[in-house]
Amino acid sequence: MSLIYVSLAILGGIGVLSSLILYIVAKRFNVEENPKIAEIEELLPGANCGGCGKNGCHDFATACAEAKSLEGLRCPSCNDEIMARIASIAGLAPAAPAKPMVAVLHCNGTCENRPVKSEYDGPVSCHILNSLYIGARGCAYGCLGCGDCMLACNFGAMSLNPLTGIVEIDETKCVGCGACAKMCPRHLIELRARGPRGLRVYVACANKDKGALAMKECGVSCIGCGKCVKECVHEAITIKDNLAYIDYEKCKLCRKCESVCPREAIHAVNFPVKKEAQAAIND
Amino acid sequence: MLKTFKKGGIHVPEYKLTAEKPIVDIPAPREVVVTFSQHIGAMAVCDVKPGDHVVKGQIIAKANGVVSANIHTPISGKVKTIGKWKTAFGYPCDTVTIVASDEDVQYDAEHGFEPRTEEEIKALTPEDIKEIVADAGVVGLGGATFPTKVKLCPPPGMHADILIINGAECEPFLTNDHALMLACPDEIIEGVKYIMRATGVNRAVIGVEDNKRDAICNLEKHLEGESGISVMPLKTKYPQGGEKQLIKAVTGKEVPNGALPISVGAIVQNVGTAYAIYRAVKLREPLISRILTVSGKHVQSPGNFRVFLGTPLKTVIEAAGGIPEDTGKIILGGPMMGKAIVSIDAPTIKGVSGVVLIPEDEARRTQENPCIRCGACVEACPMGLEPYMLMPLTENGEWEMLNEHGVRNCIECGCCAYSCPSNRPLLDFIRLGKFKVNEMMRKKS
Repeated sequence: MSLIYVSLAILGGIGVLSSLILYIVAKRFNVEENPKIAEIEELLPGANCGGCGKNGCHDFATACAEAKSLEGLRCPSCNDEIMARIASIAGLAPAAPAKPMVAVLHCNGTCENRPVKSEYDGPVSCHILNSLYIGARGCAYGCLGCGDCMLACNFGAMSLNPLTGIVEIDETKCVGCGACAKMCPRHLIELRARGPRGLRVYVACANKDKGALAMKECGVSCIGCGKCVKECVHEAITIKDNLAYIDYEKCKLCRKCESVCPREAIHAVNFPVKKEAQAAIND
Repeated sequence: MLKTFKKGGIHVPEYKLTAEKPIVDIPAPREVVVTFSQHIGAMAVCDVKPGDHVVKGQIIAKANGVVSANIHTPISGKVKTIGKWKTAFGYPCDTVTIVASDEDVQYDAEHGFEPRTEEEIKALTPEDIKEIVADAGVVGLGGATFPTKVKLCPPPGMHADILIINGAECEPFLTNDHALMLACPDEIIEGVKYIMRATGVNRAVIGVEDNKRDAICNLEKHLEGESGISVMPLKTKYPQGGEKQLIKAVTGKEVPNGALPISVGAIVQNVGTAYAIYRAVKLREPLISRILTVSGKHVQSPGNFRVFLGTPLKTVIEAAGGIPEDTGKIILGGPMMGKAIVSIDAPTIKGVSGVVLIPEDEARRTQENPCIRCGACVEACPMGLEPYMLMPLTENGEWEMLNEHGVRNCIECGCCAYSCPSNRPLLDFIRLGKFKVNEMMRKKS
């Protein structure tokens, strides 16, 4: 019986002694942290996506608390209201509202547009597939469909559509942090301005091959024909390496380029359905 | 007791179906596609224009910097186009297409390269030989395609005291070096002598795995009366032909991590490279052809072929009886280190040591299972790494930790993935990790 009491006493003693040591160490070596940091961190999403350019949310909170001005400090997943609250905690003027961004995939190489030419049964990783060969669909620039970007996304905005075989981005969930863009081995994902009411026009292709070759590789590839460049009165479109690029800063969303593209490579999203088209659907 | 390396290694089925086959010449095609990136290092810079007429052996792309190699045209003809062409792996690469007319074919048949006379060769200084090798665009023909000139010029302060000629050929199926050692022993020995002269080394060892007894005997017979060059039979074990493994087997010295073979006083060259150096120095012929093996369990007439660079792989495979119906995968190089290809329209390049056609039922990967911590991969790794650990580190993007675990020492031999009872794709991840860590280190420096 006494053995139990002795053990209890020893263990209890060790416990009390350890806690005492820990208490003293904690008091003695306590690092004073700006209380604002914890307050700001509370408001942040805590996803550590790196979209602000800092190493995680704590780093961003520290930067905000210690900054002299909030210019250039912006959490992509926080709206203006949260940014204003962060500014009030930091005691600074809120930064000018930034353009909300959204991730856009520059590829539309679905199973239909880009049939499977070879079979890949290696590890499901875009990076590995990219280093081994061109990919099952035979395009050196397009989406590989292994979903490395899905793993990088902390907000569940990316999903792989099994019907098309390419990644889709849920713009309601995307905060525009750019983690996916950094991950993609083929640099297919770009952060673009969300646009007014979410209206956007972009080229859904990244093929830099010459026209004839690009045409063979995919049904909806940009062949660099330049029709869109001629059509655009705002000088928003440029062609580099046989590939058109629409500058979202200059684009006025007139959609003229979309209708002249012979390859249907230019996508306009979130526009209301035209009346005639709606009528055709109803019929 | 046969010599070998101590750490790791595996015994793979050999399948040397073409060991007895002679080297068959495949005639030069009328149209060749020559790519500018046939070696490790910077891509060569194009030196011709469309419409130009080029003569067999003329430089069409010049080496760009130190680690690069010249590219020569294998046939006489007219430059048809300069542009992108898809490599065997599907990625576009800069190429030149050369088409020969009837006169060009006639010219090539009548005009060969003018060999150097004995006096001319005697007059060559070591620097001259190095220059000839660089001009001829010779690269390591074992598969790594590292420019040979760089290997022949040790960094200042370093001195080589042994030349090791790699005739191990440990990859299953491949027999191109074997066939070469049987057919051209004198030429190889002559090439070895040129390398010895260029580097000032007076001892050379030709390391050959003992599954090639006939090649060992043949070389020994031709080496009678020669001093300084010897043949060393080695134990048959994969990867005996790895540079560091071969040095360990022959000299007993271990190359330190991250160091070059020259740090232990060794220079390693492949037998194919020695032969190419012979052709460059003696025959004045630049590297425009190579010997490769076309093999596979169901290939009709597998064999060893001498192929002009730029010949479509299709032509080479047809020479061996075409693609069997049940082929599931075509591999460039051996089955251990080679990569599966998607296009047989792609041209042959300097680094292609063989084409292996794998039947459908063996081409697929097997179901991957969780790691059971058996340590088979650790035992198999010839570099003393821990592959079971490197794979999850890569999956989690722990690049710093990967570097600490020595991922950069990986020679990508594939022993780990081969020996894994859970069929885990260890090498795929380790290769990715190695690439990422190298990228990180480059950024840092």
